Amino acid sequence: MTIVKTSIGRRSFLKASALAGGGLMLGFNSLISCTSRSEEEILALPKEWFEINGYLKIGDNGVVTIMSPNPEIGQNVKTSMPMIVAEELDVDWKNVIVEQAPLNTAIFTRQIAGGSQSIRQSWKGLRTAGATARQMLREAAATTWKVPVNEITTEAGILNHKASGKSAGYGEMASAAAKIPVPKEVSLKEVKDFKIIGTPKKNVDGLNIVTGKPLYGLDYRKEGMLIAMIAHPPAFGMNLKSVDDSGAKSMPGIKDVFTIKTYNEDYSKHMFDVAAFPDLVVVVGNSTWEVMNARKALKLEWETFKDYEEKFTHFMTGNKMPKKVPAGLESSAQHAQLMAEFSAKPGKVVRKDGNPEVAFKKAAKVIERTYTAPFLAHNTMEPMNFFAHVTDDKAELAGPTQTPEFMEKSVAARLGLPLEKVDIQMTRMGGGFGRRLYGHFLVEAAVISQKMKVPIKLIYSREDDMTDGVYRPSYQAVYRAALDANNNLIGFHVRAGGIPESPLFANRFPAGAVENYLAEEWSHDSNISIGAFRAPRSNFIAGAEQSFLDEVAEAAGKDPIAFRLELLDRAMKNPVGKDNDYEANRYAGVLELVKTKSNWGEEQPGVSRGVSAYFCHNSYVAHVIDLVMEKGKPRVQKLYCAVDCGIVVNPLAATNLVEGGSVDGIGQSMYSGLTFTDGVPDQNNFDKYRMIRHREAPNVIDVHFVQNEIDPTGLGEPPFPPVMGALANALHKATGKRFYSQPFIKDMETSSMKM
Amino acid sequence: MASINLNVNGKRQTVDVDPTTPMLWVLRDHLNLVGTKFGCGIAACGACTILFEGNAVRSCQLQVSAAENKEITTIEGLSENGDHPVQKAWLENDVPQCGYCQAGQIMSAVSLLNSNPNPSDEDIDNAMSGNICRCGTYVRIKAAIKTAAGSTKS
Repeated sequence: MTIVKTSIGRRSFLKASALAGGGLMLGFNSLISCTSRSEEEILALPKEWFEINGYLKIGDNGVVTIMSPNPEIGQNVKTSMPMIVAEELDVDWKNVIVEQAPLNTAIFTRQIAGGSQSIRQSWKGLRTAGATARQMLREAAATTWKVPVNEITTEAGILNHKASGKSAGYGEMASAAAKIPVPKEVSLKEVKDFKIIGTPKKNVDGLNIVTGKPLYGLDYRKEGMLIAMIAHPPAFGMNLKSVDDSGAKSMPGIKDVFTIKTYNEDYSKHMFDVAAFPDLVVVVGNSTWEVMNARKALKLEWETFKDYEEKFTHFMTGNKMPKKVPAGLESSAQHAQLMAEFSAKPGKVVRKDGNPEVAFKKAAKVIERTYTAPFLAHNTMEPMNFFAHVTDDKAELAGPTQTPEFMEKSVAARLGLPLEKVDIQMTRMGGGFGRRLYGHFLVEAAVISQKMKVPIKLIYSREDDMTDGVYRPSYQAVYRAALDANNNLIGFHVRAGGIPESPLFANRFPAGAVENYLAEEWSHDSNISIGAFRAPRSNFIAGAEQSFLDEVAEAAGKDPIAFRLELLDRAMKNPVGKDNDYEANRYAGVLELVKTKSNWGEEQPGVSRGVSAYFCHNSYVAHVIDLVMEKGKPRVQKLYCAVDCGIVVNPLAATNLVEGGSVDGIGQSMYSGLTFTDGVPDQNNFDKYRMIRHREAPNVIDVHFVQNEIDPTGLGEPPFPPVMGALANALHKATGKRFYSQPFIKDMETSSMKM
Repeated sequence: MASINLNVNGKRQTVDVDPTTPMLWVLRDHLNLVGTKFGCGIAACGACTILFEGNAVRSCQLQVSAAENKEITTIEGLSENGDHPVQKAWLENDVPQCGYCQAGQIMSAVSLLNSNPNPSDEDIDNAMSGNICRCGTYVRIKAAIKTAAGSTKS
C-alpha cells in the first residue's frame, strides 16, 4: 500500500464551489452529458448530489459523477481518467457518470491534451482524488457507527464493518462524508488489487456518438447566435491590401463584413498563439450557407509583406524574444534546393562521441542515405471552429481546444478582460493531432463577438482549415554508417534539418550504442507557420532512422531485429555517453515481443516483412508489417504492434489508439503531403490532399502490451512514428526498391510500378 | 428563398431557405439535426453521409430543392434509442476514437448492408472508401460491419 500526502495540490481536493465562487461547476457542458449505458444498467439519477471534492460528487443513491479534467480529442481520456478515480474510490464502474470538467486550474492540474501526457501526469492526482474521497466516506461511516475507521473496508461502492455486521452504500454516507475535513494523507491501492484499471471499458460517449448527439464545437449553438467565417490570404508571405465588400454586404442573411486583427501589434505571442495571417476579413450572417456565399462575393486584394518581427514571450521563462518572419513566396522546389545545400555543409554539432571522423576513414564500408518528408496538414475531420459570446464585462467561449488554460490567457489579454472573466468550455473534439494546441481561432471568435456584440460561432471551411498553416514542418535527414571488416557498426553520423525546424533527437538510439557518433542539425526560417503534429519531429526521424538501420543491417549481412538487439545490448551493458534518452532494456523488450508474436523469421509466400522500433513520449513501440501486393498496389495484410507504455489503464481504448496511430503512420508516410507553389498550398481539400482510406488500411492489426507495473506513460503518439520505418522496409522487400522520400506513393507512381 | 417540403426521419416539415442550400446545412442550421457532420463540402470525405430514398448520399452536394418530399434519413433517425443493428455493432466493437466521422461511416454502412446483407472484405472496402476516418479506426469499422451483417441474418 502506498501512502500519499494530499498536501501537494491540496486545493484539488477541496470543494470546487468553494474555490470557483460558484458558476463554473454549473457550466460543465450544456451539450450532453450521459454515458453509453442503457437505463437498466444505470441507477436512476439521485435526488441530491454531495460534492466530495473537485473531481467527484456522490448521489444519495450511490451514483457517482466523476469529472474528466482534460480535453478529449479521441485519445479516450474521458473514459480512462475517470477510471483511475473510480479505481481508488472503489466503486462499481456501472454506477459512474462521467462529465467533462470545467476549465479550472485551481482544481485541476494541466488541462491540456498534448505530448501524450494526460494520463502520465495526472496518474497520481487522479488516484489521490479517488482515494481521498474513499477515506472521507470511511471516516463518515466510522463516526456514524462509532467504530474505528481502520476497521472499515470498502467494496464496489459499499462500506462494511465486519465486526458489527454494519454496511452502507456510498450514497448513504455521502452527506456526512462531504462534511469531513480532507485527510492529510491517504493510501493508494497496490497494482495487484486493481479492479477497474486494466479492464476493458467502452467509450463513455459511445452511445452519444453513434446516435449523432451534439457533442462537438461545431454542434454548439446558443439563442441569437450568428455564424462567422473569415478570409485569409491565399499565400503565405501575403497580407491584406484592400477589401471591396459592396456585393457581399447586401447578400441575404448577411449582418456585417469587416476586418480584424487576430493579435494586435503590441500583443506578445506565446507558443500556442501561432497564426500566420494577422489580418482577416470577416463575414457574419444568419446561416452557414449564406455566409459561405457572401464570402465568395468579396473582392479582396492581397500584397506581399516585407520581413518583420513578431513579439514573442517565451512560455516557461517569460523572456521576450522577438521572432523573425521572413518575406517571400516560398515553393517546394525551392525548399528542396535549400535542403540539398544544407545537407552538403556541416550543421550545428549537437552530440559527438568518440572520433567519428577517424571511424569513417578506416571503415571497410560506408553507407550514406538521404531521407525527406513534406509539410503535413493535420486535417482533423472537424475543421477549426469556436463559439464566443463577449459582453462588456465577460467572455464565454466553447469549442474544441487542446490548450484551454493557455488560450484563456490569450483571449483575456487580447480582449482586455481580467482572466477570471474569461470562461472556456471544452467540447469533445473531432480530432486534434496537435492542431488545436494553437488556438488563434478562439481569439478570432472572441474578437468577432466583441465587435458584433452577439454570440457567434466561427467556422472554418475545409479549405480555410487546410491552407491556414500550423503544419508539420518539411524535414530532411542524411545518415551515414561506418562498418568495419567484420560488419560491426563503428561509426554513425546524422545531419538533420528542416524548414523551419530540425527533427533531430541527438540522444536517442542509436546514440549510446555506437562508439563514434556525430549528430548535427540545421534549420531555415520560413513564413509558413508550423506547430506540433502527432509526435513532433519523431514523426519523421523515426521512419528515416529505422529505414536506414534496416539498410545498414542488410549491408552488414545481419537480420534486422538481431542487428538492433546487438546494438541495444551494447547500450545496456556498456553505454556510450551519458545522456542517452531511452532505456535500452525496454527498447529491446518490445523488439523481443514483436519478434515472438509475429513469428519473425517465418517466411510466407507473397508476404514481405518489415520491422521497426522507436521510443518517444516515454513509451516504446515495435512494429512488424506483413505486406502483400494486390493488383500492383501495396496492402498491409497484417500489422503486429508491441507496446511498452507501463500500466495500461483501459486495454480496449489503448488497443484502439495503437491501431489508429499505426494506420495514421502508414497513411501519412504512404499517401499524404502538402506542397507549395509561390506561397500557395497546392492542396486545399481532400480531392487533392490524399488521406489513407478503407481500402488502403491494414486488414488485421495485432496489438500486444508488455505487462509491467510501471506508472503509465504516453500512448497517443508513440505508435505513430515507427510504423513508417516498418512500412518502408516492407516495401523494399516487396519491390526491391528503397523508399527515401515521403509520401512513398510518389516514388511508386513515378517508377515502373504504376499505381 | 423558397418554401420546401421535407420528409426527414419520417417527420414532414417545411423550411424557407435558398433552394440551392445543401441539405447538410439545412439539417444542421435550420432543423438542428447536427449529427450529420461537415467535413469537406465537396463530397470527398463522407462525414455528411445521409440516406436519400434509402441510399447513401453526401448531403453537402444534395441541394435542398432536390430533396423535396423525398425520404431523408439522418443518424438521428436511424433508431429511437441507438439500437439499430449497425449502431449496436459500433458500440459492441467500441469503434470511435474522436467519433466525428462515425455518423457518416454508420450511414454508409447501413446503405451497404441494405443492398448487400453479407458483404465481403472487398465489398466493404469499395463501399466505405469514400468515408475518411482521420483517427484510423478502419479495422474496427470493418469488424463492426461484419458484426452487424451477422446480427441481421436470420
